[in-house]
Amino acid sequence: MSTAKKGDWVQIHQIVLKPEERAPQVPEDTKQVPLELWVKGLALTGAKLGEEIEIETTTGRKVKGELIAVNPRYTHSFGEFVPELLKIDRQVKEILFGGEK
Amino acid sequence: MIRDNSYAAVISRKNEIMKKAIGIDYSIFESGGIGFDYERMMREAGYTLEEIQKIQADVSVGNTPIIELRNLTALARKMAPKGKGARIFIKDEACNPSGSFKARRAANAVYHAKKNGYKGVIAATSGNYGAAVASQAAMQGLKCIIVQECYDSKMIGQPEILEKQRACEALGAEVIQLTVGPELFYTFLMLLEETGYFNASLYTPFGIAGVETLGYELAMQFREREGRDPDVVMVTHAGGGNVTGTARGLIKAGADNVKVVGASVDLSGLHMASDQAFNRKSFTTGHTGFGLPFATWPDRADVPRNAARPLRYLDRYVLVKQGEVFYITEALSVLEGLERGPAGNTSLTAAFSLAQEMDEDQIIVVQETEYTGAGKHPMPQLSFAKQNGIDIKFGNPNDEIPGENIILPEHPSMIKIRDFDLNKAKNSYIRNSITNNKVTEISKEDVDFLANETKTEEQFVINALNELGINII
Repeated sequence: MSTAKKGDWVQIHQIVLKPEERAPQVPEDTKQVPLELWVKGLALTGAKLGEEIEIETTTGRKVKGELIAVNPRYTHSFGEFVPELLKIDRQVKEILFGGEK
Repeated sequence: MIRDNSYAAVISRKNEIMKKAIGIDYSIFESGGIGFDYERMMREAGYTLEEIQKIQADVSVGNTPIIELRNLTALARKMAPKGKGARIFIKDEACNPSGSFKARRAANAVYHAKKNGYKGVIAATSGNYGAAVASQAAMQGLKCIIVQECYDSKMIGQPEILEKQRACEALGAEVIQLTVGPELFYTFLMLLEETGYFNASLYTPFGIAGVETLGYELAMQFREREGRDPDVVMVTHAGGGNVTGTARGLIKAGADNVKVVGASVDLSGLHMASDQAFNRKSFTTGHTGFGLPFATWPDRADVPRNAARPLRYLDRYVLVKQGEVFYITEALSVLEGLERGPAGNTSLTAAFSLAQEMDEDQIIVVQETEYTGAGKHPMPQLSFAKQNGIDIKFGNPNDEIPGENIILPEHPSMIKIRDFDLNKAKNSYIRNSITNNKVTEISKEDVDFLANETKTEEQFVINALNELGINII
């Protein structure tokens, strides 16, 4: 979905600190990039992806930021199958029960 | 009036924001020197064991079962010399409402917030504590915000942290996600200021006292079940609260002879605030990136005086490797029929090795487990590591280089704890106390304080101070 209507559940993005504003103690690679923030809430107006929008979060805060997703899904999963784990399964059973077949 | 919300201005308001957000005047516990009255702080700003037991029972936290891991014990005995191989038990903390022991800390923090009239709670955590606070806030009817360090600069998130975000949102919390960096604290302070919510810090006296019930319960359960205290309690060590609370609970139970051993995953060489290193580690907690800094300088936490002070309680501190923990997590599933999250199995991995040094009739208890699921399970974590260019292979765990490879042990006999010299950590703590307080001489009372802080004798502290060229007045 490339647009949000008022009342849609959306995710927004903000730049909190630009690279030059970052804390002195951060390592060099981190200093090259901004500190970014994401939060979700209900759209208070309509907007297209990439436009600024104001939302009301779960705790009732009003926050502005760039609209990046409508009904954002959870993307984590159990990942790709990792066959190495099968080797562990077989090995521990073999050591423990192998001689008692 | 418009507040100055620049980084420097917000950080400079830290003390005033924290005072409102925690409601503890820490200054009354200060001695004027480098020390403070730790026990008085725990007594007066915390709750008694009986009060905490009541608070936790009211929200169904605690009283988790003890499970003997007979097959894992049998496997350890196959690797051990004759007559060696202590019985291994776990305390199944995954049975808490939010799936980890962190529910104990959260129950107290949220109770305290509610009692003191706060409308909501905020916690800065990428770990299980987020879901714990969200769960307790839901039960006790407060609003909740969790602030997570979650993504690298390409918006790629650790699967384990993404799952914790989902859990927090499922339990009704608002989740703020940030990219890598210590300035999370800046966002956290601004949120406290904006909302007036309670800082449900992991490190308050009541948060730590929340874990005391774990140690106390554990001792009581063993006396009932085995007629005696365990010989070793193994604790996954990160920020220090787990070690501190558990050990204090054991002491309150009178279990004075139990050895408290801390275990962390060895992530040496990876910088915790590095954008590029962020997704090259497979453990987001229970590792040396927290374990060492928090042991050697506890007051780096988000409260003026950290109630978690692990060097006061640790009898031994051991390290294990990422590949070893994944191996044991898999063994736990297929040998014991228990699927539990990897990070909580750091101490189980260490126990598997330490049991082989102990006699068969001895008892070693791993005092926590955590829930598992999408994202926080060996499968997604290892496949995420592969996607990030980490080499996964079988071999000798000693060859594991954090951020480059994960070495699954070729054989379980290769799973070995590596001792971290606690005296080294104690000397670092004393050096940090001197450096961070910018002193050139200290009082006799401060020497006593440092001896208590490091669980050493006066002479140990004096030797360390001599090396630093510090006079005692």
